[in-house]
Amino acid sequence: MTELSVAKEDVAATDELVVLKSVNKHFGALHVLQDIDLTIARGEVVVVIGPSGSGKSTLCRTINRLETIDSGTITIDGKPLPAEGRELARLRADVGMVFQSFNLFAHKTVLENVMLGQVKVRRTDRKQAEEKARALLDRVGVGTQADKYPAQLSGGQQQRVAIARALAMGPKVMLFDEPTSALDPEMINEVLEVMQQLAREGMTMIVVTHEMGFARSAANRVVFMADGRIVEQAAPDQFFSNPRSDRAKDFLSKILHH
Amino acid sequence: MEAREIVFDFLGRYDVLGAFWTTVQLALLSAVGSLIWGTLLAAMRVGPVPLMRGFATAYVNIVRNIPLTVIILFSSLGLYQTLRVTLGAGDKVDTANFRLAVLGLIVYTAAFVCEAIRSGINTVPVGQAEAARAIGLSFTQVLRLVVLPQAFRAAVGPLANVLIALTKNTTVAAAIGVGEAALLMKEMVENEAQLLAISAVIAFGFCCLTLPTGLLLGWLGKKVAVRR
Ligand SMILES: Nc1ncnc2c1ncn2[C@@H]1O[C@H](COP(=O)(O)OP(=O)(O)O)[C@@H](O)[C@H]1O
Ligand SMILES: [Mg+2]
Repeated sequence: MTELSVAKEDVAATDELVVLKSVNKHFGALHVLQDIDLTIARGEVVVVIGPSGSGKSTLCRTINRLETIDSGTITIDGKPLPAEGRELARLRADVGMVFQSFNLFAHKTVLENVMLGQVKVRRTDRKQAEEKARALLDRVGVGTQADKYPAQLSGGQQQRVAIARALAMGPKVMLFDEPTSALDPEMINEVLEVMQQLAREGMTMIVVTHEMGFARSAANRVVFMADGRIVEQAAPDQFFSNPRSDRAKDFLSKILHH
Repeated sequence: MEAREIVFDFLGRYDVLGAFWTTVQLALLSAVGSLIWGTLLAAMRVGPVPLMRGFATAYVNIVRNIPLTVIILFSSLGLYQTLRVTLGAGDKVDTANFRLAVLGLIVYTAAFVCEAIRSGINTVPVGQAEAARAIGLSFTQVLRLVVLPQAFRAAVGPLANVLIALTKNTTVAAAIGVGEAALLMKEMVENEAQLLAISAVIAFGFCCLTLPTGLLLGWLGKKVAVRR
């Protein structure tokens, strides 16, 4: 643990990409994020795990400001999150997001889904945008589906298109909110493999997931959340084989017995 | 002479086609205007600015509950005769009345267009807008590129009903003397004896306008429907 934190600080001093400092958020009376401090280094892969309702999705959504926060600060690559308007839009383009329910644009083809942000946000010309889109679709293994509509694809294929759509913006960090939870079991691996490859290529990733295989093989760190707090952080092996907090022990015993 | 010719020979003395052409012009201009204004109202209603949301909500709720005749009469009596608003028609009373009727129809129909589009917007899952925001599109881009195109597709059916109602509502323009089909009917009823035949001709004329609209939009609605 000491080794880990020393190593982390070395990296952090030079290259902190996402920094949350004493972030608090309420939904009415519910204190959904409580004094969250979290630093993610460039190239780091962090898995966020915890019981349902503990605030994992909300945490993800505050990082690209789909949700506002009540207090604290969030900075991306040294820049604080802008409140509204053009700058916020630009920042969102730098933070890729993959949702549990894919959320591909239903009225656009797969290719158009991956081109839209490039053309309308990055102002790339159409030809270049299409080339990049096709290359990304090939990379996630759905190149042959480019002209279909999302509803014609399987869940696994849709989620891989959603990853390509986020990557098309050239993001600095990718957020994944339970990307495999809505998938049939036989499609989970095709999505995890794409994510694993991204991790190997050095993408900075924050991944909410209960897939322990992914966490063990791809993550540098596991963050355990419960009741709106970060209860424990550790290297994956250490966390899964030897959790320190009672909440984590309790939680792991439940998901391991499934 | 055959019976058919005796029954319908009065038609030769009236400009039936001309009157229906006025009806078509009223309907088309009001349709375009109310689609634009109604879409803007819908955008305000779902937008983040409280003042605009309040305005659009109040507009829809007030306008929807005023009889169209009152709105059309207000454009003529209130705007034209009292405030001298002629909409650029100068001294030409007929032109002014036509334009005021279009204005009244737009003001009224836009409230229903707004609600039809809002019902369309409600069929678009929030995830669509969130994904659009997440790739960095601005609020207006999210609406223009992702939400409204899907909302319009889902709204084609409800909008068809609005347009058919609008076509029939153009008859209210007769109240301020616009020479469309209903005014012609009134004139014919006063001067001719074949009341049934007159009604039949006018009813047939309206069916010629509204039935194809309904069929075309029904077909279009199915064709463009978004699969989820
Ligand atoms: N938009 C919202 N309005 C009110 N409460 C919400 C909203 N979104 C989430 N919550 C509540 O906040 C808590 C945390 O939710 P969430 O971040 O989705 O948890 P998790 O992703 O860990 O399951 C839950 O109790 C949930 O009901
Ligand atoms: Mg969640």
